[in-house]
This record gives sequence, C-alpha cells and structure tokens, in this order.
Amino acid sequence: MAKTEAEKASDKLEKTAQSKKAQEKLTGLAETLYNQFLQGIVPHITLPSRTKGNIEFSTKDDVWVYGDQETTRSVKTVRGAKTLLKTVHLTELLIKEHLKNNRGSTLREIYYISENWDIAKFHEQAESDHLIEDLEIVTNLHREDFHVRPEEDGAAVFGPLRLREQTRRGEREMHCQEDVGEAGYQIPFNVDNIEFLGHDAKMVIAIETGGMYARLIENGFDEEYNAILVHIKGQPARSTRRIIKRLNTELNIPVVVFTDGDPWSYRIFASIAYGAIKSAHLSEHLVTPKARFVGVQPSDIVDYNLSTDKLTDQDMQALRSELTDPRFNTPYWDKQIKLQIDLKKKAEQQAFAGKGLDYVTKTYLPERLTEMGII
Amino acid sequence: MEIAEELAKQQKAISVAEFFEKNRQILGFDSAPRALITCVKEAVDNSLDACEDAGILPDIFVQIKKSGDYYRVIVEDNGPGIVPEEVPRVFAKLLYGSRFHTLRQSRGQQGIGISAAVLYSQLTSGKPTKVISKIAPDRPAYYCELLINTAKNEPEILKSEEVDWERPRGTRVELEMEGSYVRSRRQSVFGSLKSTAIVNPHARLTLVEPEGNVEVFERVTESLPKKAYAIQPHPDGIELGELIKLLRYTDKKKLRVFLKETFSSIGTISAQELCNRAGLDPEELPTAIGHAEATRLLMAFKQIKVKSPPVDCLSPIGEELIKAGLEKEFRLDFIATTVRPVSVYSGNPFLVEVGLGYGGELAKESRLEILRFANRVPLVYQQGACAITHAVESVSWKNYSLGQPTGSGVPVGPAVLLVHIASTNIPFTSESKDAVADMPEILTEIDLGLKEVSRKLRRYLSRQSVLSDRREKEEIIRKILPRIAKKLSDVLEKPEPDIGPVVAKIMGNLLVFRRLEQQNGHLAVRIMVENHSDLVRSFQLHEVLAEEAVAVSPVAKVIPMGDGYDHHWKLSVGPGESTILSYTVHSDGGPKKEPVVEGLEAEIVTGARVI
Repeated sequence: MAKTEAEKASDKLEKTAQSKKAQEKLTGLAETLYNQFLQGIVPHITLPSRTKGNIEFSTKDDVWVYGDQETTRSVKTVRGAKTLLKTVHLTELLIKEHLKNNRGSTLREIYYISENWDIAKFHEQAESDHLIEDLEIVTNLHREDFHVRPEEDGAAVFGPLRLREQTRRGEREMHCQEDVGEAGYQIPFNVDNIEFLGHDAKMVIAIETGGMYARLIENGFDEEYNAILVHIKGQPARSTRRIIKRLNTELNIPVVVFTDGDPWSYRIFASIAYGAIKSAHLSEHLVTPKARFVGVQPSDIVDYNLSTDKLTDQDMQALRSELTDPRFNTPYWDKQIKLQIDLKKKAEQQAFAGKGLDYVTKTYLPERLTEMGII
Repeated sequence: MEIAEELAKQQKAISVAEFFEKNRQILGFDSAPRALITCVKEAVDNSLDACEDAGILPDIFVQIKKSGDYYRVIVEDNGPGIVPEEVPRVFAKLLYGSRFHTLRQSRGQQGIGISAAVLYSQLTSGKPTKVISKIAPDRPAYYCELLINTAKNEPEILKSEEVDWERPRGTRVELEMEGSYVRSRRQSVFGSLKSTAIVNPHARLTLVEPEGNVEVFERVTESLPKKAYAIQPHPDGIELGELIKLLRYTDKKKLRVFLKETFSSIGTISAQELCNRAGLDPEELPTAIGHAEATRLLMAFKQIKVKSPPVDCLSPIGEELIKAGLEKEFRLDFIATTVRPVSVYSGNPFLVEVGLGYGGELAKESRLEILRFANRVPLVYQQGACAITHAVESVSWKNYSLGQPTGSGVPVGPAVLLVHIASTNIPFTSESKDAVADMPEILTEIDLGLKEVSRKLRRYLSRQSVLSDRREKEEIIRKILPRIAKKLSDVLEKPEPDIGPVVAKIMGNLLVFRRLEQQNGHLAVRIMVENHSDLVRSFQLHEVLAEEAVAVSPVAKVIPMGDGYDHHWKLSVGPGESTILSYTVHSDGGPKKEPVVEGLEAEIVTGARVI
C-alpha cells in the first residue's frame, strides 16, 4: 500500500491545487461584495440558517444536511455591517497570510490575531469559530483548506490497525497496538494526512469515556474480538468523526458507538451517525451513517438492572427536545427516549462495574454485539 | 311629662368646635406624624393666600422644635398681617373666614384649617396658641395668646399686648402639640413643603427641622401668579334649590337683569333666550317666580350653550412654571405640560393642568409618582381615593409608551406626573382635603389633560427612536462601510469602490450619480436619480456646462451664465422610483463639478451638492 514517488508528487500537486482553489473561492467572495458596492446593491451574503428547523435528510448520502431556509447578513444593521467587516478582514488574513505564505493558525490564534482589527475585533472565540464555519459554507471548502486547525486533540485509537502518518518531520509508520503506549495512537487534526496500510479488525468501537476505553484495553477486548477502540473524548472533534468515517467507508469495518445512557450522549452518537446541527455543511465529509448505537440504552437500565442517577430538569428538557429533533425521529429512538422519560433515570458506562470489572467485556458487550449481528 | 318631652330637654345644639373635638380625623389630625404635617400645611396655605392677595412675594419660615414631650410649630410670613380685632377669630373660631362666600380660587375655603390646628394644639398640649401680627412698618405688632371655647366656638384671649417685632409686616403663629417628626418620605413636613414649592415657584420656603437642619426651597420666579378675581356663579350645573334661593333674595327688579347680573357668562342675548325658552317674561319680578317657573328656567339653562366662565376667576400655574417646578425637583430628559381650558362642574369653574416628566434619574421599573395638587396645595394622603388617581388609572398607558402590567392602574416607568386642579370650589371628599371627589366633569378634564401630555411623550419617544435609528445608520456609514470598501480593495488589489449608492440606499436618501461615455468624438452623459426614501421628492437639478448640451432628454431649461450654461430640470421622483436624464456634449465639454440639487435638505441627498 506504500505510495510511489510519483503518487507523492501528485499528492503535492493536489495540495497546491487545493490551496489555489481556496484562494479563488475566498477572492470570489470578496469580489461579490466589491461588485455589490459597484452596482449600488447593499452588500450582503446569504447563508443557510443553522438551526434545528433547517436540517433535512439527504437520501444521497444518508446524512442530515442544511435545508433551504436562508439568512441574509447585510450591512443595513450595525451588527450585520460589523460581521461583514470581520468577514472581509478574516478573508484577507486567510488569503494573504495563510494561503499565499503556506502558513496556518489555530482557531484560538485567529481570535487573538483580531486584536489588531480595531472595530472588527472578535469579542469571543465562539464568534470567530462561527465565522470560519460560515466561510466553509460559502466556499464549500473545509477549514483545513484555509490552514485553520482546532486546538483540541483528536481521538486516541487502539487496535489492530497499521497506518502511516505524514508529519511535518517526515513519515511515520505504526501499528496501533504494537507501536503505541497504553493511551493508544493520537490522531492528528488533519486525518487526511493518514494513510491506512492494513488491519485485522472486525469492528470499530467508539467509546465516550476514558474510563471505559481503558477498561476495554485492560481487559484485552481489542485482541479478543479484533476491535479498533476509538476514544472520542466527549463531544467528538471533527478529526475524530472523520477517522471513524474513513475506517468505516475505506476499510469497510462496521462501527458501533458506546456512550453513557443520558440525552447528551445520544447527541454524541447523533453527531457521529447523523450529523451535527452546527456543522451540517460538513455532514458528507464527517458523518458515518452506518454507525450503530450499542448503549447504554434506556432499556439496558431495566434489562441489566443498572445503578442509576435521577434525571435533572435539564436532562428532561434535553430528552423532550430530542423528541422534536428530526435526527431522532426513528421508532428506535422514540421508544428509548420515551422509556427514559418514564424511568426518570440515567446510567453511566461505568455502572457495569457494579457487577464486576469483567462484566462489560465478558457479558454486556458480547451479548449486545451478538444481538446486533456484529459477532 | 311625656317621654318625648323628657327627651326634648336633652336636645341641644352642638357647637362645631365640639363636633370637631370629637372627630379630629375629619380635619386631618388622626395620627401623630400627620398632625404636624396638617398644622404646617394649614398655616403655610394661609400665609400664601394672604401674600398673594396683598401682591407680596411670599417668604415663609417654618420651624419645628422639640419641646418636652411635644413639638412646637412656628410659621412666620411676610404677608399683609391681620388687624388686631380679627386675630382672635381668625385663629380661634371655626368656620370663620373671608373666602367662603366668594367664588374665587384660593387655598383656604371654609375657615376651618388653622383654627382646627389651634383646637388640636390645645387638646393635646393644653397650651394656648401664640400669635404675632403686624400690618405696617410704622405700627406696633400685636401679640396674643388664644384658646378656643369649644362649647361656644368662640375665641378666649388669655393675654394680649403690643410688642416689638423686627419684621415690617407679617404674621407669626406658634402652636404646641403632640406629634412625631418624620422625614425621608413624601408624607412628611419636608415632602409636603417640597411639593408646595413645586407648584408655588414664586414662594421662598424655609424649613428648620428639629435637629437644626435648614432646608430652603428657593423661588424660581419673581412674578406673582395672576390674581384670581371673584366671579358670579356660572349657570352650568346649578341646582334648583340654589336657583330658587337666588331668585328669592335678589334685589333686581327684572328677570333679565337678574340673569345678567347674577350669573357669569350670561349677556343680554342669552338672558333673552333663556326667558323665551322658559316661557317667562323678561320684565317679570324675580321674587314673583314660583317653583314651576324656576324649574322651566333651569331646563332652559341646560338647553342653551353658555360660554365658559371667565378664566380670571382662576389662577393656573401655567405651563412654563410647571416645567420650572418639575425641573427644580427632578432630573428629567423630557417634560410635557398642558393647561386645559376652563370648564364647569355644578356651577363651579375649574381647570386642570398636567405636567409629565420623563427619563433622567427616575426609576425605570417602579410605578410612576403622582403629584396631586388642588389650588396649589399638595395632596399628600389618600391617593387611592382621589379623582386624579382614578383618572390616571383609567388611561390605557400602553398606548403611550408606559408599562401597565395589569392593563389598568398606575403605570410603571421612568415618569412623574403632576396634576393641578384649580377651582373656585374644589370638591374634596372630606374636610381634611386629602382627595378630590370623582366629579364626572373633572375626571373628563383630567383624562384629556393626561392624554395630551402622553401624546407629547409618545411623539418625543418616537422621535428619539428615529434619531437612534439614524445614529445607528450613521455609525454604519461613517465607520464601517468605508472600512469594508477599503479592505475589499486591499484584498482584491483594485481601486476602492464608490460607496455612495449603497449609502443612499441605507439612509433612504435621494441618490444622484453620473455616467460618462465617449461615443465617436462626443461625450454621452447620463444622470441617474434614485429616490430611496418613503416620500415623493420634488426638487431642481442643475448641471453647469461650458457649452450648451444637445440631445437633452427630458428637455432642460438652459440659462447662460458668465462662464457657461446652467441646465436645469424640475423633477419629482416618487418613493422607490428613479429617473434618468441624458445629454451629449463635445468630448472635452463634460461637467467639471458634481450635479447640484436645489430644494432639498443636504442630509437626504447623496452624490450631489445641495443649495
């Protein structure tokens, strides 16, 4: 599977081409605004509205994407005008600093760079993050194409997988069981710098908590069942979702998601399997429609008699909100969520420890995975 | 002896003094703090009335002193003084006064107030009231100590003598009584004097509090309020019994003369018309008119439209002084005032004045403060029972930009309301003069006054919001748009775009812009005019050229000037519409300056000079 020199050269060309494309698209945005001035049209940009009410299921890729509702950002209001000014500043930064000089910044750095932009300064990082997502939508590109990277670490991976990573200091080849420590292999923010070389896996298990990830490694679940374990660390970063998707589509390995049994964890699953509302423009790139939910299911609370906590008011509200979320509009989720509202209880992954440290690897997971037809 | 005859022996007249002795709450002496307030208020009212009658700018000194278990109240004025023979009855006989029988606006009406204070003082402290009065600089001052003989309602003079007093004229009264001094709320001597100062901007009031603290409410005007003149009763709302009484005791020999002379606002013509309508002979002797005829006459009164009573029986504060008074006591952003025309209830002329202060340092979330006044006297107690409050509560304030959480009641917002009722006879709900009775005519007038000032407030607020809209747009145009244009030209490395057309659109302006095009040796010029406002814009557009243009469309008027030709068009462009003017000149004969617009304000025009 190793790449030839010719392939590498073409990779490099492709990268230059991608960078050129990004420059063109960003310049195009600036030109649109410039021409609006010339034509006496009040400068504005139009974006899909990024709300729960405006996501719809794309049958083409089986993922959730933005619908037809649009919002217009124009200079008619002070708010809109300031946002557009910031957009233009950001565009200049991306074109002149990033793409032309082949440099990059993190999301946080961009927020700090705006310190010098006077009235165009961002008030908080969420504002610049949001604007970069807007630029992704307008240009139909990814922030990596603008050389913008996130702060947070990607997931850790542990399992029978061999890969090669293109790092700034050269290529690194490794096996994710043999060449890594107990924490596993730390994936880079740009997952597309990874090349899969080979594997021996029958499944990918994406795990919400570090405790459960470590438990499965300690109990040797990866070896016993040929499983690639992915620690998703709470709400999954884009790179985490991207690697899960690549493992699923490129290597054809089935993916299951194992989280706590509460409404917030179902949203983690949803962002992996269906797409996130905030980044539905990237669904085709990040979402793994074939991913399936192992648990903890509300019905497990009853079936396995797990020790539980009471649902808080916020939990109840989140569950009710999920009942109206189009992504959860399936008979399975409808039944499970309603059951949980009746139970008024939630359970953590660690609740299985109450039945012995081996219970989850010897009993629960084998039973559930058999039920799901994976083993 | 029959039982009835036995009982008859026990029947006897009750003196008013005895009556009030047992019913002091009627006069406003029902609690210790209130007693002090009422006492000061009665004395100050008398002083203000006396000063105004004499044409003197009032300078009133009030001192409250602790004296053992009691309080000593001293009120001193620079008024005309009272002649020695009258002093005892003015202060120590209830229902004695100069104002009860005249129809004229004054603070005091029945002659109860100050003597009630004397009565309360002698009841609680057992001490006599001490009075000094001086009527001229060259006359000695008269001093006396008084009690009221309650059984007879007559003054008892304990001591009287001539004394030296440093004032050129004036009156000083000193009473000792049970009481309790509070400050820091509106229902206090301080609060009541502060309110008095608001509606008596011509008076200087000085208060020395028990702890020695001195407060001066300085006058804001040197001119006395217009003097109120006594008038005859007005026919509107007069009652049958009153009419019969007037007819029976008149000395006029002819009905038409009686009508003309007895009532205000009735002249020869309306007297004649009244007689015709009532079927009465104008020459008839008034005393000969019987019950049936009087009833017909009363009907006639109701049928004809009599003009309003003359204003000069009343002395309104006036819009300017209401404003000055409010400004003096509150920090405000906006004040609206109104003085309603004179109106009549039950034959009594009255008028309503309203002042509304808004914004400034007033609390945004609390109910607005209502300052109630009747004949320039602040009404402090029983706000809930007062016609003024009732009128305020029944206005739908949400229509006027103030909150009214339950849909009725006193509104919430950063506002203060001042309502003054002036009348020859204020219909109080009780003798303590705390609240004005709900007379329908008065309620209507207050309502109209409130709505007038509220409309002014609403206009002010909507103007403010238009201004802030405009300010917001200006910020976009001044600060943000040029920067966007500059940045875009940086990014694209192109010349900075003209932001004029976009500015015109955002500001809702009239946009004028010119396009030049070289066409085989000629210069074709087009002037586009776009109206982005909501109104039709009519104006003249001038284009000064070195030569006379050809192919001018539409046809322009051309006037030769010293160094060229002024081409001008009369234009009228509807909202959202545009028009195009075009002409052709030699290729080097293009316009040197921007087009000129005549007849519009500069700030609503973009892309042209305005003259």
